[in-house]
Amino acid sequence: MSMSSRRIRAVVRKELREYRRTPSIVVAMAIIPLIFLVQPLVVVFGLPASSSGQLAHAHILLYLLGIPALTPVLIAAYAVAGERRQETLEPVLATPVLREEFLLGKALAALLPSATVAYTVYAIFIAVVRLFADPAVASALLQWPQILAQVLFTPLIAAWSIWAGMGISAKSNDIRVAQQLGLLAGLPMLVLTSLVAFDVIHPTLGRALGLAAALLLLDALGWRIVSLAFNRERLITGTR
Amino acid sequence: MDGQEHGTRSPALSVHGLSKRFGDRVAFEDVSFEVGVGEVFGFLGPNGAGKTTTVRTLGTLIAPTSGSATVAGIPLTPENAAQIRRRISIMPESPGLYLRLSVAENLECFADLYQTANPRERIERALKAVNLADRAHDACGSLSKGMRQRVALARALLSDPQVLFLDEPTAGLDPVAARDVHELIDQLRQRGVTVFLTTHRLEEAERLCDHVAILNTTLRTIGRPDELRDRLFARTLTVTTLAPLADPGRVFAGLPAVNGWHPDGRCAYKLAVTDPAFAAPAAARALVAAGADVLSISPSNHSLEDVYLQLVDAPVNADEKVGER
Repeated sequence: MSMSSRRIRAVVRKELREYRRTPSIVVAMAIIPLIFLVQPLVVVFGLPASSSGQLAHAHILLYLLGIPALTPVLIAAYAVAGERRQETLEPVLATPVLREEFLLGKALAALLPSATVAYTVYAIFIAVVRLFADPAVASALLQWPQILAQVLFTPLIAAWSIWAGMGISAKSNDIRVAQQLGLLAGLPMLVLTSLVAFDVIHPTLGRALGLAAALLLLDALGWRIVSLAFNRERLITGTR
Repeated sequence: MDGQEHGTRSPALSVHGLSKRFGDRVAFEDVSFEVGVGEVFGFLGPNGAGKTTTVRTLGTLIAPTSGSATVAGIPLTPENAAQIRRRISIMPESPGLYLRLSVAENLECFADLYQTANPRERIERALKAVNLADRAHDACGSLSKGMRQRVALARALLSDPQVLFLDEPTAGLDPVAARDVHELIDQLRQRGVTVFLTTHRLEEAERLCDHVAILNTTLRTIGRPDELRDRLFARTLTVTTLAPLADPGRVFAGLPAVNGWHPDGRCAYKLAVTDPAFAAPAAARALVAAGADVLSISPSNHSLEDVYLQLVDAPVNADEKVGER
């Protein structure tokens, strides 16, 4: 049986409705981006105009890539473990939905709000820096290549976090444990973006393209691996 | 309906030597039966007997360890799983609704998963069938247990399944809600839908089911409810007299169609008979001839519950399994 976009859309729509009405998810989705927004803003507003020369070598904007590294994990970790907890998994898996469709629908439903939140935070950061920071600091911080990297890498990093979170969620019986382990799985990506942000790893066009290709590959592999590990029988009977 | 066209040729469910083990634990073993199209088939058994695992296995949610089956005309194999799931519906014991979503939103999701044509119309029809049309926009979390069960039933009806698996559909329901479910099952039978019903409620099985099977890891028996009673109990006469017989052995010995007897209380006797209609008059004549005051002579009247209790606790012996079709 071939993949059906209608079944995938059904999963996405259902997930988004549930997320909107689950306060714990809404709050968690707001807190992490706020931390990532406020912390660099505090640093930026404390910088004098004379520091703009040093800032040319720092890529603080890229630090915000921590948002897509961590935020979607919270939703993705809920995806399967949450269904198991509320005993909704069995009726869904008894329908003709394929596991690839089910997981892709879940992943897209986690990606959409995460990417929206991340892009909104970037826009707020850029607007606030442009309007209120020292003009020399603002022009040193806001460089087009970084903004472009931000836009391109956000879905790639988020997708990686989602597959890691869903892989853990499919193996876990407890949502909180799944979320904690998911956050741990997102840490390597956070470390990588931080190293780039603080110029420990110097970003070049070649490195950016290489990293993007690697992430794209990882995301595709993530879907395949999580699909293969998604075992209806184990999920329903709770057997190991 | 597709199922009806299909049904004249082959059974809706055909199961041969099906077994499922989880490691060393046997969920069910060597189960064989057939269910005709449009039949309501009761699957009875105590907790842990393997009923739900059987439903999940036939519903392609878990793989059998051995044996074979055909579900809605399709061989039960991993490759056919999605195709089988298009033709069947399972209502699990727990309704499993998205409680933050409305009734209509729940059904809309499943209508799309089944890729039903005219989903809005199907949803309206399913809600009308379970008398919940006026609650379509209520959050499922705000509904009573009985109503949630009815929403789950509406969800199971959305795809117009050929075979509908109902796992304890009336568990925890009050008598009125249970009666509504019974009426709905009756309507489904009239529409030619095959219903596979697992239940603890023996009166429910007796009232609704064309055939019942009793499972306790292995299949203990299968047949029509009245057939099972006859097979196990009807070949007994209970004789009650006003006073104990002086020599019951002499009275009952040599009576036609009577194979043996034993006392069943101070003034009662149980006669094992080959044909109650033939044995009862002979016993009456012998009792009168012996000067006994006869209060009653009656064939034993047993319920499905008696059959169930007799079989569920009986030791397993594959050779003694009765009535497998």
